[in-house]
Amino acid sequence: MSERTNDSAATLLEVRAVSKHFGGIYALNAASLAIRADEVHALIGPNGAGKTTLIHALSGALALDAGQVVFAGDDLIGRPMHERVALGLARSYQITNVFSRLSVLDNVTIAVQGRVRDWGSSFSFWKPFALDSAIIDEAHALLAEVSLGDFAMRRAAQLSHGQQRCLEVALALATRPKLVLLDEPMAGMGPDESARMVDLIESLRGSVTMLLVEHDMDAVFRLADRISVMVAGRVIASDEPDVIRADPEVRRAYLGDEI
Amino acid sequence: MGFYTTSTPRRIAAIALLAVLVGLPWMLQAIDQSFYVSLASRMLIFALAATSLNLVIGFGGMVSFGHAAYFGIGAYCVAILAEGGIVSAAYAWPVAIAVAALLALFIGILSLRTRGVYFIMITLAFAQMVFYLVVSLKTWGGDDGLSLGHRSSFGAFDLKDDTTFYFVVLALLAFVLMALDRVAHSRFGRVIQSIRENETRMEALGYPVFSYKLVCFVIGGALAGLAGALLVNQTGLASPNLLHWMQSGTLMVMIVIGGVGSVMGGVVGAVLLMSCEEAFVEISPHWQIGLGLVLLAVVLWAPLGIAGLVGWGRERE
Repeated sequence: MSERTNDSAATLLEVRAVSKHFGGIYALNAASLAIRADEVHALIGPNGAGKTTLIHALSGALALDAGQVVFAGDDLIGRPMHERVALGLARSYQITNVFSRLSVLDNVTIAVQGRVRDWGSSFSFWKPFALDSAIIDEAHALLAEVSLGDFAMRRAAQLSHGQQRCLEVALALATRPKLVLLDEPMAGMGPDESARMVDLIESLRGSVTMLLVEHDMDAVFRLADRISVMVAGRVIASDEPDVIRADPEVRRAYLGDEI
Repeated sequence: MGFYTTSTPRRIAAIALLAVLVGLPWMLQAIDQSFYVSLASRMLIFALAATSLNLVIGFGGMVSFGHAAYFGIGAYCVAILAEGGIVSAAYAWPVAIAVAALLALFIGILSLRTRGVYFIMITLAFAQMVFYLVVSLKTWGGDDGLSLGHRSSFGAFDLKDDTTFYFVVLALLAFVLMALDRVAHSRFGRVIQSIRENETRMEALGYPVFSYKLVCFVIGGALAGLAGALLVNQTGLASPNLLHWMQSGTLMVMIVIGGVGSVMGGVVGAVLLMSCEEAFVEISPHWQIGLGLVLLAVVLWAPLGIAGLVGWGRERE
């Protein structure tokens, strides 16, 4: 996928021929992908194509069998998840994965607090957290950004599904990533909620690079600067939306008459 | 539920309780029941042990079923050092704490790689290994345990006096509770409670979860070692029963009854359980049937324990 890397935009994440098999089934089969800094890069493909497996592998939740992953000059292979986050790679989850029993504000403060490079480690046993006002202020600002400012004291479990999806994204953003992996942020959302998520992602454009896994094709074609198509564990195409839309192989393998 | 928070009424209640406990020896003297000072010391020592386990289970979410190992090893350290002529609390107690912490470090490094039921079983297995090791060592008294000739010496304080010993125990417990309250509100306390709530998410937020859990586990073990050092001074015997898995179970029951994840949970649970034991054992040797019913009732209707019922627990939903 190196055909266009001569542009001014630098490659932030380079995935080279990664494979992962579960028994005899290859979830990822020599998949390659390049993501440029500051772009919104959508990853689409039929169910079972390996999109979520790739997200798990990039975030460090799953070890790859083969291939290379280079992120901002650092080789990610073998690094634990927390080191990848420290390097600036964050993720959200397809199935909402927040601290459901904590307040919305505590969800975000604990996420902000995790940035060792800004606040030092959390091996601080004596000083009350309530005095860390910089962290708390930042959490409030972040909640306002994702339209959850009025719900800070609510327990996360009491939020609507759409609000929980926004909180999910806010937790990933709180780590101040260079690249955020958004795994189906619109999953299970109604049209209004989806529209709000599209607005949120649109508002983040330029401040953070995004890899967006999504089935909602309207959202994908509205948001994506470039689109990669995954089929059976391989990336079969990676290009600008118009090119992808017209690609006969992509149409046959996946898009069909959806667009 | 969420994070543990201490409101002003809770602080006032805790200070009131402390005042009562400080006055207890005189109250008992007034009603001519000074014998109970020793029992009160015992309760507070178990309260300390239960509190140390509550840090691990209630705050850290690590259901350790081998906490008796650290408790017991602390007791043995003091007894063994006394055999060798080292009776000063200034040496013996820190050694007990350090050895218990090292044991917790070793067991923690190996067992914290597992989760859920596997973690429960592996901590149980390690603790039982320590139990059988101690039982098999004849130099340490084997089945009979190791008796402590006389209590540790503690500077100007005469620990042989039950009341003085009681105050030393009370002071240590009060300090540990205050420290735990402080830690619960610190960054570290928030991290371990969040790991309890959602470990995968904490990893995805960039926390080296294993390190935080290990530190929490080791602190819990160290405090249990201190409790053990105190207990051997109270009973005068380091018995292998202190290391037995039933002891781990008893400490667990205490925090479940008292309040999992609440600073005062261990104290409430230990005092309630041991009071019940004291009161009912006269009535019937099968008093534990009653305890079983109480435990059932707590789990069903007061999942935050008695401390939770009286507003001393974690935030309710």
